Parts: sequence; structure tokens; C-alpha cells
Amino acid sequence: MAQGQRVLITGIAGQLAGQLAARLEDDDRIEYVAGLDVHEPQHRLQRTEFVRADLRNPLVARIIDSTRVDTVVHLSLTAVPSSAGGRSRMKELNVIGTMQLLAAAQKAERLRKVVVKSTTAVYGSNYADPALFREDVAPGGAPRSGYSKDAVEVEGYARAFGRRREDVVLTILRFANFIGPSVDSPLTRYLELPVVPRVLGFDPRLQLCHESDAVEVLYRSVVGSHPGIYNVAGTGIVYLSQAIRLAGKPSVPVALPFVQGLAQTLRRTGRIDFSPDQLQFLLFGRVGDITRLRDKFDFEPAFSTRAAFEDFVASGRITPLVPRETVERWEHTAYELLTRNKSKVGT
Amino acid sequence: MSQHHAEVIELDQARRRSTSPGPRPRCAAEIAPGRACRNYANATGFCRVHEPEPNDSAAMHPSRALVDVPGTRDTSLDDGIARALAFLRRRLTGEYDIDLYGFDRELTEEVLMPLARPLYRQYWRVRADGLDNVPADSGALIVANHAGTLPFDAIMTKVALFDEHPAHRHLRELAADLALRVPVIGPLARKNGNTLAHEDDARRLLDAGELVGVWPEGFKGIGKPYRDRYKLQRFGRGGFVSVALRSQVPIIPVAIIGAEEIYPMIANVRFLARLFGFPYFPITAQFPLLGPLGLLPLPSKWVIEFGDPIDTTAYGPDAADDPMLVFELTDRVRDTIQQMLYRNLMGRRSIFF
Repeated sequence: MAQGQRVLITGIAGQLAGQLAARLEDDDRIEYVAGLDVHEPQHRLQRTEFVRADLRNPLVARIIDSTRVDTVVHLSLTAVPSSAGGRSRMKELNVIGTMQLLAAAQKAERLRKVVVKSTTAVYGSNYADPALFREDVAPGGAPRSGYSKDAVEVEGYARAFGRRREDVVLTILRFANFIGPSVDSPLTRYLELPVVPRVLGFDPRLQLCHESDAVEVLYRSVVGSHPGIYNVAGTGIVYLSQAIRLAGKPSVPVALPFVQGLAQTLRRTGRIDFSPDQLQFLLFGRVGDITRLRDKFDFEPAFSTRAAFEDFVASGRITPLVPRETVERWEHTAYELLTRNKSKVGT
Repeated sequence: MSQHHAEVIELDQARRRSTSPGPRPRCAAEIAPGRACRNYANATGFCRVHEPEPNDSAAMHPSRALVDVPGTRDTSLDDGIARALAFLRRRLTGEYDIDLYGFDRELTEEVLMPLARPLYRQYWRVRADGLDNVPADSGALIVANHAGTLPFDAIMTKVALFDEHPAHRHLRELAADLALRVPVIGPLARKNGNTLAHEDDARRLLDAGELVGVWPEGFKGIGKPYRDRYKLQRFGRGGFVSVALRSQVPIIPVAIIGAEEIYPMIANVRFLARLFGFPYFPITAQFPLLGPLGLLPLPSKWVIEFGDPIDTTAYGPDAADDPMLVFELTDRVRDTIQQMLYRNLMGRRSIFF
């Protein structure tokens, strides 16, 4: 867009926000970057100005005013109750925070662009839904709890804001599950377990989004003009069973009636924060259609879902029980054994 | 493991002619060591399935076999072992690709198809007619009658198109949501190429040039009593016709003879069906009277006839919004299949031969 864009990023302490800020700092067309959060960001940023504030505080309106930003990137949505300090606080941060931010944004006359991070979790996970979710399709089973419900409500407020401020370019990005070397999410923690439990008889299709692709799409939404809702993910999918094999982990099937109890145990021991709404995801998974992203952003993900996952595995966060090289060695040994036996039989 | 590979179709090996002295020469290929292909040969000395293709085939076309590129198949045992081990290694380490709908081509071709093939060849001795009505590299909607309590007719149609069609096409079936919900069966169906019977999925697959299979009778057809065999039930609401119209692909009517006799259903225990959440609970001639043995289907003789394609391009894509035309076309497809069924039943010697 214009010269000297001024950007405000909420949730700057997050990994994704940090990488976006670094990316924007490198761009001369961006005059100013401000990052807002309650926690201080750990990443090294050059010229980003950190503003310590709580989104739920009316102070936000004054920050938007005083920093004279024309672009707001709302990334502070959190998916993990424990990091937010409990489910009810998480809901408050997500939903009430967004409400406050957008209320303040509505008054800001300088504002030209709002980018909101959402998730494909808004589609839920259901056997009666088509294989690919388009952005405009109404899913059969709308999510009724947890993070996905928050995201639905956040999107609702964002759309209402879009209707009231038609002069503002509103981009809503529905990201698939993030993956990558620096991603820490319930999904990565789940795959880091020594033995990965699966639901017996089910194999969800997973669609993942590599963090660098996510940053690229966010960056393009900030500097370009892409009104509308977009699914953001890598090309292709992997099955959960395939992902576990790619990680070189053993998996153990757990019958459906016991899954709820196991999830509670894991939550209590603090290993993974698997909310009940994510269990449905372990049954049927979900895949978004990224045709619109390709067409409107003219963007092709650098990482397919499988490549993104392999990049995550290669980063060394996962210790495979059986590394790929071992399996290759087995293959050689078995081949030599079998062919030698055969030649003995032949003579 | 090696048994899977023994079943694989040989392409580039010119073998001795089959010993059967038929009036017409038989195909020179072997479908398994010691078992010659029984199809009639054409000018090349092979049948249409086995005739050597020019090198530009495969891979470029949607859902074509990975295995049928001449020259890639090596016949020596060592290479067979190497192939089998490489397959095992890939399955262990997850190095395979699946498509967006969950279709696992490698698993289908190397494991699931070889499991279904003995049923196709030896048990039901399926004869596939009119395969030249199925396009080699473009989208088409396959519409067939549904029967037999368990969807073996869909599996056999899939094998017919993969094994016997010259382009070795994979059929992408549209399955009921209830089937995709079932543990084990649901994920397996997806890996085998099934996806939800939903307009979005069907359109996308057809637009990508895939062969999509649909059984519009649904549970009304597959769960119908034996006395109603070969009587087509209502063809849904004609959704498949509007999908074909929008994607501008031909509709290929298919009659499946034999599937209606594999589990002769005498009664439907409605309260048990409701109890388990099944669409029907069958009492068949074998089940539950013979216990686990009752799960064995009867060895009827099958014919799968692929009829003349019904062109949709003449109507244009907007015709999908004309309910009258959609109804008419639906009826036409249904009548065509019913006529094909009657014609084949007239020509049948007995249920089992």
C-alpha cells in the first residue's frame, strides 16, 4: 500500500508475531512497528516498539491513537488454556480482548487495514462434512466449545467490524495447525510423547501450515490488500498414522471410551493441554481448501503438509524411537538375507 | 508379502502362448506365474489389458496406475524382493503421499486390490463388459445399481476398472456419511479412494478428471430384501445428475449382475437396526443361521456392464438449475440401468454359472 505504513501487532510475545515483526522491520515501506502484549517478547527485534498493555483495557484505544497506526494485525488469539491461565481466562483474553480491540479500532479514523488470525478449527470436525472446507461453506457441526468456539466468536466480531467500517480492508486468515522448528502447540507436544496414543479405528487427515508460510501470508496481508476470509495451509495432507511414522514414534491405539480419561490424565500431569474439543479432531481431522489463497494472494506454500512436518521432525525436537536410517539398514540386511537364501536354494 | 507381487499383472514380458486352443488366440501375457491371461488377443498378440502401451502413459493422467509403465517392472525374484522391502520400508517410515481426500494409492494398489482380486477372479468370476465406454483420461460419473447387504459391488467395480480398463483407472466412490463414521471401515474406505457423497467433493474430483462412482439407491438399494432383487429403488433426489451437469462430464450407467444374490436378505430386523444405529439389520439365507460361516457370501456369477455414456454437454452447466430436466435425466439413467439389468438377466444361464 502507501508509503510509510504504520503497523500494530497484538500478541507480540508469540512466536509467529515475533517472526512477522522481524519480517516487517526488514521492509523499508514499513515506517513503524509496534507490538502489544502483557508479556515481554523474547525474540530480538530491532526497531519494534513494545507496548505492555492488556487488550481488555480501554487503554488500547489510546495506544492506537497515539501510535498513529494504519494497520492492526491481531495475533493474540491463544489456543492453550494453561498458558492463558485457565479456560475462562483464555476465553476472556480471546473474545473480550478482540471485542475491545475492534471497538477501539472502529473509532480510529487513520485505520486502513485489519488482519485477524483465526483457525480452521472454526469448521469443527465431523464425518458428515465434505473432504475440503471452502471458506464460504457452512459446516455441519459448528464447534460448541473451547478454542474453536472462541475463534467463531472472534470472527463474528471481526465481520461486524467490517460491516461498520467498510473503508477498512479486513483480512481474516484461518490457519491450519502450525508446525515448524519453533512451534510449541498441543499438537507438537502430543507428538513429542514417547508413545503416541491414537484413537482405535480412526485415522484423521491432518493439514499443517509451516510457520514460514504463515509469516509470509501475514506479511502479504499487511503490505498488500486482500479483503476476505482465507484458509491458510500447506498443500496436501498427511494421516495422523503417517505423521507418527514420519516421526519414527511407536503409537498405541486407545479405544474411544477411554480416550477422554487419558486426555484428562495427560492434562493433569501437565504434559499436554488437550481440550475436549480437540478430541473430535483426533477422530476425523479437518482439511481446508486453499484455492482462494492461491488465487487471490498469488501464493504457493513453500512447504507441503508432509514437508512441513518433516522439517519439524528434522529440527530435532522429536527423538525417534526407530530412526529412518535404522529402517534402511534393516531393509539392506533383509534383502541380503533373502537373496542369499534364495541362491542357496537355487544351487 | 511376495504373494501380492505374484498377483501383479505382467506387461513387458512376452511369454509363451496359453495352451488353451481356442478358436481365437488368447492374450500372451501371464497374470500370475503359470496362469495365462484369458482375454482374447488383438493384433499385438496381447489383449487390450496387456498390450504394450507407448511410453507416454501413466503419471500424467489422474489416478492412473503407478505400476503399468513398461520397463519399470522387473521380473527377477531379487527385484521382487527389493520392491517388497522398499514398500515395507516406506510404510514403516511414512514416506508415501496421499491425496486431499485421503486416497492412499500405494496401499490400494499393493495391499487392498490384491486382497479383493481373488474374489473378483476366482470367487465371483466377474466379467466386465463395455469398458470402452469409460474414458481413459477424463472425468466421468459411474452410476450403478446397489445391492448385496455389504458393498461388495462397489469394490468389484473398482477392481474391474483398475484391472481391466486399458488405462487402469481408479474409481473414486462417493460413500454415505454413516459409512465414513464407522471405526476401521471409515478410514479404510477413505484410503481406498472413497469420499463423502457431497456435491463439493464430487464436483472437485470430476473437475480434476477423476472417475467418480455413485450408487444413488443408497441404503434403500443395498439393504433391500431378496424378493426385490434387480428392482431399482428410487434414485435419491437426482443430486448426481446435477453434479454431472455442472461438471459437464458424461454419466455412464452400469448394471451389476450377481451382487444381488450374494447375501439373499430374507428379513430386516428393524429394532436391532435401531438399537445399533445401523440403516438395516439383515437376516440372510446364511446369517445368522450359520454363525460366522454366514458371513461368507454366495459364489454367484457376476457381470458388470458399462453402458453407453449419457452426454451432458448438450444441456450445458446451467441445466443443473432446472429441476424438471434433472428429474428427467435421473429417470432416464434409472430406466437405462433397469433395461441393462433385464437384458443381462435374460441372457444368464444360472445364478452361479
